[in-house]
Amino acid sequence: MSRLRQSMLALGAGGLAAVVLAVAAPSFQGEADAASNPATNPAVLQPVKAFAGIKNKEQRAAALFQEAGKVISSPRCMNCHPAGERPTQSDSMRPHQPLVVRGPHGTGEVGGTACATCHHEANFDAAGVPGNPKWAVAPLEMAWQGKSLGEICVQIKDRARNGDKDMAALVHHMADDELVGWGWHPGAGRTPAPGTQKQFGELIKAWAEAGAACPKG
Amino acid sequence: MTAYRLNINGQSHAIDVDPGTPLLWAIRDGAKLTGTKYGCGVAQCGACTVYLDNQPVRSCSLPVSAVGDSQITTIEGVGGREAAAVQAEWVKLDVPQCGYCQSGQIMSAAALLARNPKPSDRDIDLAMAGNICRCATYVRIRAAIHGAAKTLEG
Repeated sequence: MSRLRQSMLALGAGGLAAVVLAVAAPSFQGEADAASNPATNPAVLQPVKAFAGIKNKEQRAAALFQEAGKVISSPRCMNCHPAGERPTQSDSMRPHQPLVVRGPHGTGEVGGTACATCHHEANFDAAGVPGNPKWAVAPLEMAWQGKSLGEICVQIKDRARNGDKDMAALVHHMADDELVGWGWHPGAGRTPAPGTQKQFGELIKAWAEAGAACPKG
Repeated sequence: MTAYRLNINGQSHAIDVDPGTPLLWAIRDGAKLTGTKYGCGVAQCGACTVYLDNQPVRSCSLPVSAVGDSQITTIEGVGGREAAAVQAEWVKLDVPQCGYCQSGQIMSAAALLARNPKPSDRDIDLAMAGNICRCATYVRIRAAIHGAAKTLEG
């Protein structure tokens, strides 16, 4: 092969690589932006102050709840708020295996397999089994799966469907409850809920203080 | 390694194991009670079912450090009317095939009857679905539980 031909091939290959990079770069850049931008990164929570610029109180409340919704819609929370009687598990939210149902107290059917048959006081990574002293399925009236964030928001405020909690109790529950807190410490192999429980509690508190309006839909 | 005293089947066993050891291995290797089986190690098959204070638990998913003073019952020590009725029916219907899962099956079946003396098919499913049988003896297991329930009716 002549030196000229070799040079032309090298230039051609280099040019092709440059074109590929030029085409691909925007999407790489886009992913990087999404990951570093708290507004669009599902794994992090924007702080309350990020919403201070929304002057309309109702719109600010709705935006705060939308942000808190990153946590609420996390599989760590959703899995135990099923619409049916059977909880789900894993990030793909598949039906819980083995078969277990809510039962009268959220801990399994009488005589059937109970949550406590496998789940104990703490995560046990050796067996891949999560645990918490309050491990249970949420009552049916607190079902979240299949609902929009706006519907969940309305439901969470409804004392007939939130365990008769007023807003202060609701904020306390979200910010301090240890089973809610498990979502950020789910044990090996599980994706934690976004942000921290402290950030989540601050968002819910700010939402309540802004009038607790709900996102549309 | 940490020294534990486990109350298994009414007897105290001195066992020296790592605190994170699953109860299953404390029972099998420490107390040398090998009727409780290792199946999956991830609480999916039920072969390792024992009672902790009369409640069925998967002994593979409970660290020995969490047991404390609780009373552990294994297949070697299970007793009472329900267990006797289940074991008799298991023999009558020749339920086991390879037998590997059967200690877990019997523990779960006896626990079900202790809480629900007349279980429906659905009740049996809800109690037994977590006990897997690779020989698929499920039809005989269901029949034996119904048979044991009839025996207990008197």
